[in-house]
Amino acid sequence: MTTFILNGQRVSSDLPDDTPLLWALRDGLDLTGTKFGCGMGLCGACTVHLDGEPVRACSTPLSAVAGKKVTTIEGVDAARAGQAVQAAWQKLDVVQCGYCQSGQIMSATALLVANPRPTDAEIDAAMSGNICRCATYVRIRAAIHEAATALA
Amino acid sequence: MKTRIENVSRRDFFKAGAGLTLALVLPSARGAAARVAGPGIAGSAPAVAAAFEANAFVRIGTDSTVTVLAKHLEMGQGTFTGLATLVAEELDADWAQVVVEGAPADAARYNNLFWGPAQGTGGSTAIANSFEQMRHAGATARAMLVEAAAGRWKVAAESITISAGVVSHAPSGRTAGFGELAEAAAALPLPATVTLKDPKDFTLIGKHAPRKDSVAKTTGRAMFTQDVKLPGMLVAVVAHPPRFGATVRGVDDTAARAVPGVVEVVRIPSGVAVLAGDYWTAKKGRDALQVDWDETAAWRGSSAQLLADYRKLAATPGAVARNDGDAEAALGKADKVVEAEFAFPYLAHAAMEPLNCVMKLDADGCEVWNGEQFQTVDQAVVAAILGLKPEQVKLNMLFAGGSFGRRANPKSDYLVETAHIVKAIGGRAPVKLVWSREDDMRGGHYRPLYLHRLRAALDATGRPQAWSQRIVGQSIMLGSPFESLMIKDGVDATSAEGAANLPYAIPNLAVDLHTTNALTKVPVQWWRSVGSSHTGFATEVFIDELALAAGSDPVAYRLELLAAHPRHAAVLRLAAEKAGWGTPLQAASDGGRRGRGVAVHESFNSFVAQVVETTAAADGSFRVDRVVCAVDCGIAVNPDVIRAQMEGGIGFALAAALSGEITLRDGQVEQSNFHDYTVLRINEMPAVEVHIVPSAEKPSGVGEPGVPPLAPALVNALYAATGKRIRRLPIGTQLQS
Repeated sequence: MTTFILNGQRVSSDLPDDTPLLWALRDGLDLTGTKFGCGMGLCGACTVHLDGEPVRACSTPLSAVAGKKVTTIEGVDAARAGQAVQAAWQKLDVVQCGYCQSGQIMSATALLVANPRPTDAEIDAAMSGNICRCATYVRIRAAIHEAATALA
Repeated sequence: MKTRIENVSRRDFFKAGAGLTLALVLPSARGAAARVAGPGIAGSAPAVAAAFEANAFVRIGTDSTVTVLAKHLEMGQGTFTGLATLVAEELDADWAQVVVEGAPADAARYNNLFWGPAQGTGGSTAIANSFEQMRHAGATARAMLVEAAAGRWKVAAESITISAGVVSHAPSGRTAGFGELAEAAAALPLPATVTLKDPKDFTLIGKHAPRKDSVAKTTGRAMFTQDVKLPGMLVAVVAHPPRFGATVRGVDDTAARAVPGVVEVVRIPSGVAVLAGDYWTAKKGRDALQVDWDETAAWRGSSAQLLADYRKLAATPGAVARNDGDAEAALGKADKVVEAEFAFPYLAHAAMEPLNCVMKLDADGCEVWNGEQFQTVDQAVVAAILGLKPEQVKLNMLFAGGSFGRRANPKSDYLVETAHIVKAIGGRAPVKLVWSREDDMRGGHYRPLYLHRLRAALDATGRPQAWSQRIVGQSIMLGSPFESLMIKDGVDATSAEGAANLPYAIPNLAVDLHTTNALTKVPVQWWRSVGSSHTGFATEVFIDELALAAGSDPVAYRLELLAAHPRHAAVLRLAAEKAGWGTPLQAASDGGRRGRGVAVHESFNSFVAQVVETTAAADGSFRVDRVVCAVDCGIAVNPDVIRAQMEGGIGFALAAALSGEITLRDGQVEQSNFHDYTVLRINEMPAVEVHIVPSAEKPSGVGEPGVPPLAPALVNALYAATGKRIRRLPIGTQLQS
């Protein structure tokens, strides 16, 4: 039994310790906003925040989150930065297929919390772990700048 | 385009029994989930009051919500938004009151008008085939609302106007919302005729209508197949053969069944399925499975061998796709002959959502939840496996996490696999098939490997007098339900498209084709932009080589040969002008060599030109700085969606150009995940500018046409920067050697 704080609420999972957080969230706790893309930490579709840091849920065993705070796309709007990122994404119509965008938004939010005014190069560095096959990258850059401006 | 009055009853969709119905949706039946664009799922569908069947393209609720039923899949290309725009325009709805829902499978009502009696999404046809149909649907609903208001207010229908969802009678000052009139409108007969707007009166088409799926997709609420969970559902993970053509000889499932939580292991034609209550347990079960594969019939060839075999074939004539004049004779007596060979690898679609499908079997039939792209084919194929009638297979069309063609499989491969699993367990539980990324990458159905051999004869002034293009590769249509439709006289039209219709004025022009399906068992399929994904490269790099051989400017040379093709010429001129073609590029701050290249290509009736700017370093590495794109896709229904599709098409094409390559060795696919099938990341994405040519032509596709020009324009730019000519994709490290 693993207990942790998920989007501000205490939850427990009785899945085996080695179960990736991704599947504990999706199949165990029915929070499906966090997506399965590669299973190897290569694409970033499963990005969540662990005690505020972006991590790949597909490569994070359930045992590693015991007693910690996990934030997913469903709870990212509890913080101002998350709200600003979602609003910027909507304003600029960033999404296409949308499957990677939960992970993109989680990475972008973590970036803005750590660096409120990132340059293009800093955005590229922070976001290069998140693949978008629709290649919405031009708008992702623009939306991060937009959110940064809104938060300033 | 003039305002037209058409007889609604004669429209195809009405003939097919798809009378437009204004259905009544009670506000109480509409929960928050119903506003998530996308079809109903696992009981969350908006419950429609029984008074009227949701039997068409638009429903209007008593709360004034306008629900547009989208007959086409939303896989990122903006179709839900586009179809809703067409309806809302003619209905004069307020954009905020419009929601979109995926239509059920029903070719009688929801067929793709370009495909005859079949429902499906592909070939960049969604908006093009729906342009008038959806406008008629909106205009018909509008006429019925007007009639209802006229009856209620006892005034002439002609004196009633609608604007932004408000029905008004100016002389009396009366107004009503759609919801107040919905019930009365629904009781009226269909109007005999409706009037479509003059395009000059459009208020939504050509303007900015925000995407209908943005909110759902930025909050984690959008429902994809991967997110479906039904009561009692089992997750299936399948062990597939290591080589194409291999089969299962025997299975030892002792260890797999010993994994706690594994519920069942079943043999199916495509492998062995392990079922559990969740993915991770099913995957552990598969890892523990011992399968003895029978590889007697397996294909053990390689990409390198195929390319060598293709090269031999390219020395002999193939089936004729086009033959103007006498290219061979002209080549024989030419002042100058230019020759080149172009090679293309297999390419995986690698959409972000790995393939998956949910299926439930019960006494009434089968229900499917899927990013459903090919309804009519999938319905028939699944029905045949399960011994059902096609109409007993109910398809729920969910959002697809990308597709790029893959989810419209001509053999319904992953639906077939799911059906066999459901059948093997006697339908006792709903099943979600989940492919891992590795399953997806190694599952075949690639863009085929191709070889092109081109020769051209130039006269003394450098103008081309002959062009001979020989194409060698697998047909994606052979053995599919579309074989007889698409293959004529040995030529698969999709293998030669983009070459057989070369627009340049060349008096002797020959295109022929060798179809190589007998040489390999690698399954192939259409991939975003289909034939143009390779023909666009070969033709646009080769014409650049001819321009340089002639000592001409690549833009001017093309324009001279495009006199009879004004739409090609217009996008080429626009892209060149916006890119500052002819003016020197600013020097790179790091001393890199800069270059600019151009390409223009027509696909899916749309015309796209791109100018690529690149900077190459001394070590052979390079970056793509900027892409200027001009597109003519007829009337621009949603300009921002068109820009997004050009941006995305450029990024998708750039990934393939830089490093996209599936290779086979001893019959095995060498790549497995994003570390060895690398795709574009944000740090590689250039700045993109998109310019849309104003047009009054009917809308044509935008999902695919942004792809073909990128790779040739890039290679042409790299030549300008470095003097090295790339003729084999991906570019990889070729500049470093």
